[in-house]
Amino acid sequence: MIKLDSKIPEGPLAEKWTNYRASQKLVNPANKKKQDIILVGTGLAGSAAASSLGELGYNVKVFCFQDTPRRAHSVAAQGGINAAKNYKNDGDSVYRLFYDMIKGGDYRSREANVYRAAEVSNATIDQLTAQGVPFAREYGGTLDNRSFGGVQVSRTFYAKGQTGQQCLLGAYSGLLRQIGKGTVTMYSRREMLELVVIDGKARGIITRNLVTGELEKHSGHAVILATGGYGTIYYLSTLAVNSNGSAAWAAYKKGAFFGNPSFVQIHPSSIPVLNEYQSKLTLMSESLRNDGRVWVPKKKGDKRPANDIPEEERDYYLERRYPAYGNLVPRDVGSRAAKERCDAGYGVGDTGLSVNLDFKDAIAKQGKKAIEDKYGNLFEMYEKITGINPYEEPMRIYPSGHYTMGGLWVDYELMTTIPGLFAIGESNFSDHGANRLGASSLMQCAGDGYFVIPNTIGNFMSGEIRTSKISTDAPEFEKAEKDVTEKIKKLFAVNGKQTVTSFHKRLGKIMWDNSGMSRNEEGLKKALKLIDELKEEFWKDVKVPGTNDEINQELEKAGRVADYFGLAKLIVTDGLNRGESCGAHFREESQTETGEAKRDDANYSYVSVWEYKGDEQEPKLRKEDLNYEFVEVKERDYK
Amino acid sequence: MNIKLKIWRQKNAKAKGKFVNYSLDNVSPEMSFLEMLDALNNKLIIEGDEPVAFEHDCREGICGCCSLYINGTPHGPGEKTTTCELHMRSFKDGQTIVVEPWRSKAFPVMKDLIVDRNAFDKIIAAGGFISIDAGSSQDSNAVLVRKEKADEAFISASCIGCGACVAACKNASAMLFVSAKVSQFALLPQGKVEAVERVQAMVAKMDELGFGNCTNTYACEAVCPKGISVTNIARMNREFLYAKIS
Ligand SMILES: Cc1cc2nc3c(=O)[nH]c(=O)nc-3n(C[C@H](O)[C@H](O)[C@H](O)COP(=O)(O)OP(=O)(O)OC[C@H]3O[C@@H](n4cnc5c(N)ncnc54)[C@H](O)[C@@H]3O)c2cc1C
Ligand code: SF4
Ligand code: FES
Repeated sequence: MIKLDSKIPEGPLAEKWTNYRASQKLVNPANKKKQDIILVGTGLAGSAAASSLGELGYNVKVFCFQDTPRRAHSVAAQGGINAAKNYKNDGDSVYRLFYDMIKGGDYRSREANVYRAAEVSNATIDQLTAQGVPFAREYGGTLDNRSFGGVQVSRTFYAKGQTGQQCLLGAYSGLLRQIGKGTVTMYSRREMLELVVIDGKARGIITRNLVTGELEKHSGHAVILATGGYGTIYYLSTLAVNSNGSAAWAAYKKGAFFGNPSFVQIHPSSIPVLNEYQSKLTLMSESLRNDGRVWVPKKKGDKRPANDIPEEERDYYLERRYPAYGNLVPRDVGSRAAKERCDAGYGVGDTGLSVNLDFKDAIAKQGKKAIEDKYGNLFEMYEKITGINPYEEPMRIYPSGHYTMGGLWVDYELMTTIPGLFAIGESNFSDHGANRLGASSLMQCAGDGYFVIPNTIGNFMSGEIRTSKISTDAPEFEKAEKDVTEKIKKLFAVNGKQTVTSFHKRLGKIMWDNSGMSRNEEGLKKALKLIDELKEEFWKDVKVPGTNDEINQELEKAGRVADYFGLAKLIVTDGLNRGESCGAHFREESQTETGEAKRDDANYSYVSVWEYKGDEQEPKLRKEDLNYEFVEVKERDYK
Repeated sequence: MNIKLKIWRQKNAKAKGKFVNYSLDNVSPEMSFLEMLDALNNKLIIEGDEPVAFEHDCREGICGCCSLYINGTPHGPGEKTTTCELHMRSFKDGQTIVVEPWRSKAFPVMKDLIVDRNAFDKIIAAGGFISIDAGSSQDSNAVLVRKEKADEAFISASCIGCGACVAACKNASAMLFVSAKVSQFALLPQGKVEAVERVQAMVAKMDELGFGNCTNTYACEAVCPKGISVTNIARMNREFLYAKIS
């Protein structure tokens, strides 16, 4: 029986991390050299962890499926990264950042982890700056800040609309430095397809070499997953199209519990679906809401061009409904408000499924140059995709799948329920509760990688100093490899008539319609049935062309979609179980008279933690109770 | 629209490649170029053929995965546009489009339109970083950086590592890519400490990997989707010269 022990250190909130570090066990430098760590993923979390662990002296083997670590999905993050520096003297502090995240997450995250994330944020910004990340600066030479949704201070550091690129390239340069020094070995164009567990501990992975198709066995004393989120389960999302949930899914099937799978963030502003061929929804960063105003016509079905609609006939519905936060309400609130207006018939564009994001006032007040300085690349991106110039006409935006708060369950040390298996960055469930605030993912990813995991992994590794090199000849490796071979054979053997992508699209639609921005019991139950049917059809009629022993992108996609059927069911099952609305999880049965989400603390103040029981069995639910020791649990109010 | 495609097909690194012609109907001007290739692949798979392999991930111009020589130009006809940002409205009904992989000795073809750009990582590993271990940095505002320097460093740092500059250069020179990284760090006070070693190590690695010399034709700048300017090359040459005499 695995016990859920979150291992929260004793003591006052602000002293927990210090106390933990003072008491945790360490590994001396000579022993670190003899210890191998496998790290899957080179996004901001993985790259930061790889370089830091390499600096400490561990032997690190790093894997990613792209051709180079620099292309991990983190590269696409746009708006910014938070830290509690209080450079603006506007009342910010570690505590306020912590509090904003707890409240933003609708009181569904663990206090101690969130506090630590806020605590290491300042050192993270310093580290990135020292690595040469060219964050935006003021004329006096100090770092500049902007505001993000759900907070009333300015604590977001940024590099135009390319903050993720700049942070990732900083972390990547640190990783490459370690590769040059030989402490880290890089395995790119590799996909982890299975986790190897020996005597209850994570000891290795099976990867497919994406060039030759060869299955490879890699062993280590510990395994870290930094494999990102599973937002592409909706098919259309703001994520890089190859992002997927398979590594987390493999870990789940091997005994790592999954936390809050149904907590998926739908971002309020992406370029809307324009046609049936669309393969991706491009994000228009939340930072745009610093200056852009969201509106729809006051008249239902008003099809006049936006610029022809006079001021008094516009409904700035966020400013109307949420005067305190206005356009900067948190994402879940913003998304639902857009959906509400569109469903009620006030949406704009051909499909009626979009709202205006207007910069007219900001341009009039600050001048075009100032707006261009802040958001130039986003405006360009928008124009390239839509052919419309947003300096002259409002952008049209609509919500889309964006980020997964849910993920592998981890304790305070970021260890999963499999000893020796850690999960960092978006792949874990840890810091954002039921809704993530803007610019706090990059913050968490970098913090996990640079400062948390290098400190917490020592506790496990200190118990392994007498363990010699893990042999890949162990029967567990053989078995894991055989399972992967079987799955690949099975995929080819179907030899049906429909493409992998067509199944992915259909799965995405089931999830979007029934387990997206708004959910209800009937829809969720229907989704379970539809997913089963689609899965059955997939295994009867999918077509995977080519062979295993070559570059085969269809095979890669097929494996990921096959795993998504299982994960989709887990998401829906979790959503069904949680009868309350909280954060991004909006159950129609649980809302206030004005249509706001209604939380039910008496019954649902817990993390839902799911254990795999077999493909055909129901997963088993456990609950990690959330005891708020340090903050008062309140209704989340942005009015 | 109907589009005629002439696409380079090559089974693997060792195989000999050739152009194959395809015709694709129902292309919408709103499709992105890669969505048009998706549609082609969809058709090929259903007809029992092998889909065309090409690299892509973010599909919004930032990861640097996508490549492709389109009608003789890296990333196709758009100005400062990656292939994934290119839309079919840039082409005409009935037009023939020739699609090839990057052609460069340093970037061997792996399959169809996929090439190996690993050489770029090797150059960065040689010196494209600032040596600072996690935990040893000081407060970010302890060192002030002039806004215009920071902005300039940002522009150099926005290189996506796509390799179009190398592909466009008749000498297969990697000067634009390398100089963008050298410039980013040369412009920032944090980067000054190791400036001498950095430029020497990166240039030596670039030469060792078989990239050619720069003969100032500026073909690189013309195709760079991120607008990285050749002034970076001039700056790197100065840095290199300074490194030699110091
Ligand atoms: C468009 C967009 C904009 C965003 N903007 C912001 C922002 O402004 N601020 C903010 O804080 N957050 C932002 N986010 C969220 C943030 O970017 C992500 O949450 C974060 O980058 C995730 O980083 P990561 O390191 O956990 O994983 P990723 O960057 O997703 O990296 C995953 C890595 O795992 C590897 N991998 C995955 N599976 C396997 C496997 N099976 N085998 C081998 N390798 C594997 C991949 O190759 C990759 O290297 C944004 C997200 C999107 C989609
Ligand atoms: S300099 Fe430009 S063309 Fe060359 S790799 Fe960088 S972004 Fe691509
Ligand atoms: S696919 Fe990422 S830049 Fe084109």
